[in-house]
Order: sequence, then C-alpha cells, then structure tokens
Amino acid sequence: MATIHLSINDKSYAVETDAQTSLLTVLREDLDLTGSKYGCGEGQCGACTVLIDGKAQRSCITRVGSVVGKKVTTIEGLVKSDRLHPVQQAFLDESAMQCAYCTSGMIMSAVALLQENMLPSEKEIVDFMDGNVCRCGTYPRIIRAIQRAAKAQAPAVAKGVGR
Amino acid sequence: MSTRAAGQIPLEPERYELRAPAPYHFDLGRRDFFKFLGAGIVVVSVLKPAIVAQESGGGRQRRGESLPQDVDAWLHLGANGKVTVYTGKVEVGQNIRTSLSQAVAEELHIPIGRIELVMGDTQLTPFDMGTFGSRTTPTMNLQLRKVAAAAREELVELAAKQWQADRLQLRAADWKVTDPKTNRTVDYAALLKGQQITRTIAADQPLIPASQWKVAGQSVPRVDGRDLVTGQHRYPSDQKLAGMLYGKVLRPPAFNAGLVSADTKKAEQMGVTVVQDGNFIGVAAPSSRAAESAVDAIHAEWKSEPQISNKELFDYLRKGAADGKDPSGDGDRFESGSVDKALSSADHKLHSTYTVRYIAHVPLEPRAALAKWDGDQLTVWTGTQRPFGVRGQLAEALHIPEDHVRVLMPDTGSGYGGKHTGETAIEAARLARAAKRPVKIIWTREEEFTWAYFRPAGVMDVTSGVGNDGTITAWEFHNYNSGSAGIKPYYEIPNQRIIFHEVNSPLRQGSYRALAATANHFARESHMDELAQAVKMDPLAFRLKNLKNERLRAVFEAAAKQFGWGKTKNPGQGFGMGGGYEKLGNIATFAEVNVDSKSGDVKVVRVVSAFECGAVVNPDNLRNQIEGSNVQGLGGALFEAIEFENGKIRNGRLSQYRVPRFSDLPALETVLLDRKDIPSVGAGECPMIGLAPAIANAIFDATGTRLRALPLVPDGLKQS
Repeated sequence: MATIHLSINDKSYAVETDAQTSLLTVLREDLDLTGSKYGCGEGQCGACTVLIDGKAQRSCITRVGSVVGKKVTTIEGLVKSDRLHPVQQAFLDESAMQCAYCTSGMIMSAVALLQENMLPSEKEIVDFMDGNVCRCGTYPRIIRAIQRAAKAQAPAVAKGVGR
Repeated sequence: MSTRAAGQIPLEPERYELRAPAPYHFDLGRRDFFKFLGAGIVVVSVLKPAIVAQESGGGRQRRGESLPQDVDAWLHLGANGKVTVYTGKVEVGQNIRTSLSQAVAEELHIPIGRIELVMGDTQLTPFDMGTFGSRTTPTMNLQLRKVAAAAREELVELAAKQWQADRLQLRAADWKVTDPKTNRTVDYAALLKGQQITRTIAADQPLIPASQWKVAGQSVPRVDGRDLVTGQHRYPSDQKLAGMLYGKVLRPPAFNAGLVSADTKKAEQMGVTVVQDGNFIGVAAPSSRAAESAVDAIHAEWKSEPQISNKELFDYLRKGAADGKDPSGDGDRFESGSVDKALSSADHKLHSTYTVRYIAHVPLEPRAALAKWDGDQLTVWTGTQRPFGVRGQLAEALHIPEDHVRVLMPDTGSGYGGKHTGETAIEAARLARAAKRPVKIIWTREEEFTWAYFRPAGVMDVTSGVGNDGTITAWEFHNYNSGSAGIKPYYEIPNQRIIFHEVNSPLRQGSYRALAATANHFARESHMDELAQAVKMDPLAFRLKNLKNERLRAVFEAAAKQFGWGKTKNPGQGFGMGGGYEKLGNIATFAEVNVDSKSGDVKVVRVVSAFECGAVVNPDNLRNQIEGSNVQGLGGALFEAIEFENGKIRNGRLSQYRVPRFSDLPALETVLLDRKDIPSVGAGECPMIGLAPAIANAIFDATGTRLRALPLVPDGLKQS
C-alpha cells in the first residue's frame, strides 16, 4: 500500500492503494467515479475508456501507479459549467444508445478521436472505435453521432472539406 | 396463420428458466398509497382473469386469490403536479421508460417531464412476471394508456361537477380542464382539493386512437438521456452503501463439481469474512482486490464426472431426446393432414438438417447485486429481468419469507433474455448475512461467460414435399432442444408434422432474445430456398406462392422493393432473404453478402429489414431496436459459438469469444410499416429472426455452397 497522487478531471486526489491496482478499480471503488464501466477486464470492450494526457486508454488494464503525474479525464469530467460536451450532445441527438452501459467508453473514445482528427471519415471512425463494443448494436448511430459532433466542433472545416 | 389479437397469443413457456414460484404480493394497501404519496388520484389497473393466467406464466391459476388484487399497474396523479407510474416492468435498454411515459403523456395530455416511472421494485410496484417475450408494448403500454385515460376522465368529471357543466363539452390538456363554451379553466391540482380518490379502469375505457396520437407515435427523446451520456446513471454494479464490502465467490473448476474439501485458514487470517455453506465458498472484504486475494488463498478440492464436449453435441441432442413423447404440453407437437402420404406422392422430396450452437448473451454489464440486511429484512439491488422471480429465489435460498425480501432493479446494462435469474443477488445476500454489512458482488466477464446460462443449442430436421408448380404439400419438422418458439410455418401447407423434442441439456440454458425463433426460422427459411431451387423458382416468388398472410406478404414485398430484389449481381456478391412472424410482429430481412473467393472472407454488406408491429409507438426507438437486432443477430449468424469440453468453457473471455464490432457493421436500412389500425406490439425480438437465413441464402447465392449450421462462417467460408 502506498499513497498515490492522482489528477483526475482537473482535481487532485490522494489514494491509499497498491500501485498495481487498476485505474478502473481506483476510480470506481476509491473515488466513486462510476461513470467508467467494467466490461471485460482485459481491454477488449472499451467500456472503461478514459483519457490519459488526452489519449484514449483502457483503465481496466492501466495500473494506477502508471498515471501518477498524468492528467486523467473521465466521463464525469466532460461537462463544463453544466454544458454537455459536443460529443455527449451528439449522442443524445442521434439516440446513439440502448442500455447505454457502453456509452461512457464510446464517448471518451470519440472525444479522443476528434482531438486527433477533426473530421474523420466513416472508415477512420470504424477503425478507431473498433475496440469499443456495443452489445445492443447501436454502432450506426454512434458513427452518426461522431460525425455530428465533428461538424458541431469544426463547422468551418465541415463546410469546406469532403471526406 | 391468421392474425391473432394481442391478448390471445399464448406466451411460449419459458421452459428453461429456473423458476421460483412468485405468489402475488401487493404490499401497499389503499391507505398506504396516500401516506406514501400525498393527496391525488390513484388509478389502478386490474387484470382480467385470462391475462392474469397468461402473465403469471403457463396458464397457472393464482391459488384462489381474489381478482381485484390482481393489479398490474397503478398511477398517482398528485397535487404536487407530478404523475408517478408504478410498473413491475424493467429497463434494460429497450427504452420503455420513454415509450411508457409517452403512453401516459398521450392519454393525460401532459408533458412527458411531469411523469416519473417507478419500475421493478418489489415493494412499490405491482407483481410482474418479468420483462421478456416482447410483452411490454402489447400489454403494459396498453394498460398504462387505460390507467392514464381513467385519470383524465376522473379529472373531467370533477370539473363537470364543480361547474355543473356537461362533461362531454370539457377538454383536458396541459394539466388543466377547460370549458370551451365559457373559457373557464381549472388546474388539475386545484380540482383535487386535497382529496384522496381511487378508481379502477373501466372495462371499456375509451382510448385515443393511434391515428390521433400526438405524443405517442413520435420519436421523442429519451427521458433519461442526460444521465446516460454523463455517466451519472447508477447501474446495479454502480450501487454503493456506507460500510459496504465486496464479495467474491470461489468457483469450481468444472460444471456440476462437488466440493470435497476446502482449507480457508489463510483467507480467514486476512481479516475478511469467509463463508462456507455446502458447495458455496465466498468471501467479503473491504475492497474487490482484497476479496480476490482472499479467494485466491483458499485451497479447495473438487470432484466432477466426465461431461460431453461440443464435438459430441449434436449426436447427444438427437439421442437424448424424449422421443415420441410430448414432454411439456401444448405447442410441442402439431399435426395436420397426412404428411407420410403427401411425402410419398410429392414431385420433389427434400430432407435437410440444420444446427445451432450454444451462444452467450454477453450483456456488457455482467451480473451484479448489492445486498443489505436490516434485522431479518433483506434488500437487494440487482440487474434482473425478473425482480419478483429473484425475490422468490432469495426467499427460497435463504429460507426466509418472501415478504421479508425487497428487490429493486436499477436500469440495467442490458439482458437480452440472459438476466432472468438471481445468482449474484443470492451470493451477495448470503455473504452480507455473515458479514453483517452490505455486500456487493459484480461478476467478472469470465464468470458471466461460465456461470450464467446460454441460448440453447439445437438440431432441426426438415423433410418436405413440393409439387412441380411450387406448391408445398408436406412439411415435417423436428427440433431437438432449442425450443418451440416460431416452430410452426406460416406458409400454407396442408400436411404438417411438427415436434419439439426436449433434451436434458449438457450446459445450463435459458432464454435468449427471440428464443428458438432464430433457430426455427433459420431452418425453415433456409429450407424454403432449397425448395425454391428444387423447383427452379425465384425464392421470393416461391414464398409468395405459398403465403396467404397479408401482413407477412406486405413486409416481404416492402423489403424486396427497398432492396431491389432481382437486380443483377457481381462475382462474389450474393443476395438472400428470410422472414417470418414472431411475438405478433412481422419481419422480412434481405441481405447482401460479398464472399472473397481466395480468402473465404464473408462480409455482410447490406441488410434491409421491413418490419410491421401494428401502430408504431416511437419510430426512432423502433428503428434503434431493429438495427440492434440485426447487429446482435450478425454475431449468432456468422461467428458466435461457445466452445466447451468436459464441464469447462473454452472461450469464456471477450478476447476469445467474438462479438460484432464496428467493423462488422453492414449498411442497415429499415422500412417501417405503420399499421395504425392494429394494436401495437413489441419489437425487441422479432426483427432478429430473418437475418441468419437471409445471410445463409445470400452465401448460397454467391457461392453455391449451402451452409446449414449456425454460426455460418466462424473461420470464413471453406471452399470445397
């Protein structure tokens, strides 16, 4: 056991735990940030996706000790002054969910994608998102939501450039 | 098959369920309604005897309980401006929280925002057998419309009395009653004047016809959407209580293993609660990691008998059938005309065997439960499609009366028929009793793969006769183990023999979205193409020649039109169809595949579905369900199968069991046939059943290879 200092959603936390514990377990059990979900425990489903220094990572296979000194963003950190992130809004607008258990991870992956690639093609979306599973099968809606968010975030680019 | 009204179709017996008797309880008396809720109108929906029998399962009688207690829903319209609706149905992603709110909003003429649904809480909501079988829309949606309409009528009557006006002249809308003649208005809450009014719905409660719907019938946004996209919704696995411990159970190395001995000393020294009770060994610890470590420290010896493996599966199912018997009553055996005679005189005779493997539901949220004891009273939060069933299981497992158990079902991370049982609820409750603190258990993915239950595997033998003109004359159909849902053909065939053979399954099996309708439609609709080929007819023309049901013809024709059936194809391309009638809905699915002749890769490129389920309640949500059925169905059709050997699951991880992903997604097109003249029925299951045969038929069209086993191409298409 050790004291581990974390920066999550721009807040500092000190957690008493083993550095080997998964980041997902610390988020959910120690910090009660339950928006990140457990789905498989082996990085295969993406339900636990968070941003670590802006990159999408699977928190279930990330040791908490490895994120010391890095900025972690979870689904709880996306809403700014009560306003939904454009990707969250797009998921609502496209009804891109059924049971929504995958939704946090889908949104976090999509946010990371759009940070890398402002206006991804459908194929780029599919390639990037392929590690996120939606068992309810709302993939077509999620693709539309990401396209919608891309346009909302980059209206000028959307007008001028095709796929 | 003729079209039957929603109330008349028998539920397929959920024959594989671990069914605990769930005697009716309605824990709140009339006075308690008001103590709990304050002044207002309470409207109670009382079930008719026929529906009671059906909804309580398999036509069982309710042990002489008086009918007025058989409530299936109730609503409270409060002076506080809120309407609270109580239903035992639960939300697992079908979005019924929204569609049921729409029903109430429509009949009460109020904004959806005023409505709150309390769902699946055994203390607060009326008994409900469970959320499965696509029953919510045809039954609960209709009941809630009636309940809301009765509340509206009550309000209009109150206003009429107050004004001494003709009630027929008054209008109820936007939380007030208006007299258009005098322009008088009165707020719903003002009409109540602190009174406590109860009424039941009239047998002939008039409802707003679908053609005049304003809120129902629309694609209204999800009522809980914001909580879902912000991660704020608390699923069962997210529940938390002060002082809560984390539970973990030691699993045997194989199915049906018995515990020989266990050494728990090391675990006990770790300061955790260890429970050994028969075959059950579990621990409760302050963190999930501590619980895992403690379980790892337990040394146990198990003993198990040799068990069959999937290599022997289909032989085992055939041999294990209770042959010639009619094992579980109605629906298992159906005979008309003389099959043997018709077969011997048929121009063409055909015999084919089709198989389906065990598959896993893989709900993205594994089973989870949080249990807490207050003295001898148990409260459990868990994700289950049958909260009342799980209450019964808890009472039975823990030897306590049912009225000491409360089960609550927070909206859950999906089920697909896979969460009818209460394993985690029982485990958490047992550990919590020993630890004297609340205990939460979340199954790992491996536990969910191994210790839940599977969609049944099955073998289907079809023998048929057809005339040179394309008229089917004989149809003999045997299903071994997979089930009898959708087993009867909807084609006009004078001579039929249809038998479902129950088998003692080597794996624990249970409900799965669409039950056996997927297997039976796969066999039937594949066989239809084989027959069409035998008489050299176009598969669509062949189906329509043998099909009278207008609703089914309509979906086949609509899908064919959208798909462009009859167009020319490129090398490697193939087109196919499948369709049918299930849970009162009608589906036709057309698929386009591309087969890479070198690699054997099969890609489903495009899927067109035409679906008709009566009057559409929420078009966008309906499309979502149909798309989801196709995506999930893709897995079972193409590559999903459980590998098992001698009591062990061989691919019980997501890295070993392939589920459909973004890259598997075909272009999905959906045609909705909105029949406002027909009562609305459910849509969670039926749209799935046409996909597997459509793909199999399309692969045949592309390659000339007839695949008769699901999954069709787990390792690509092997070229012969």
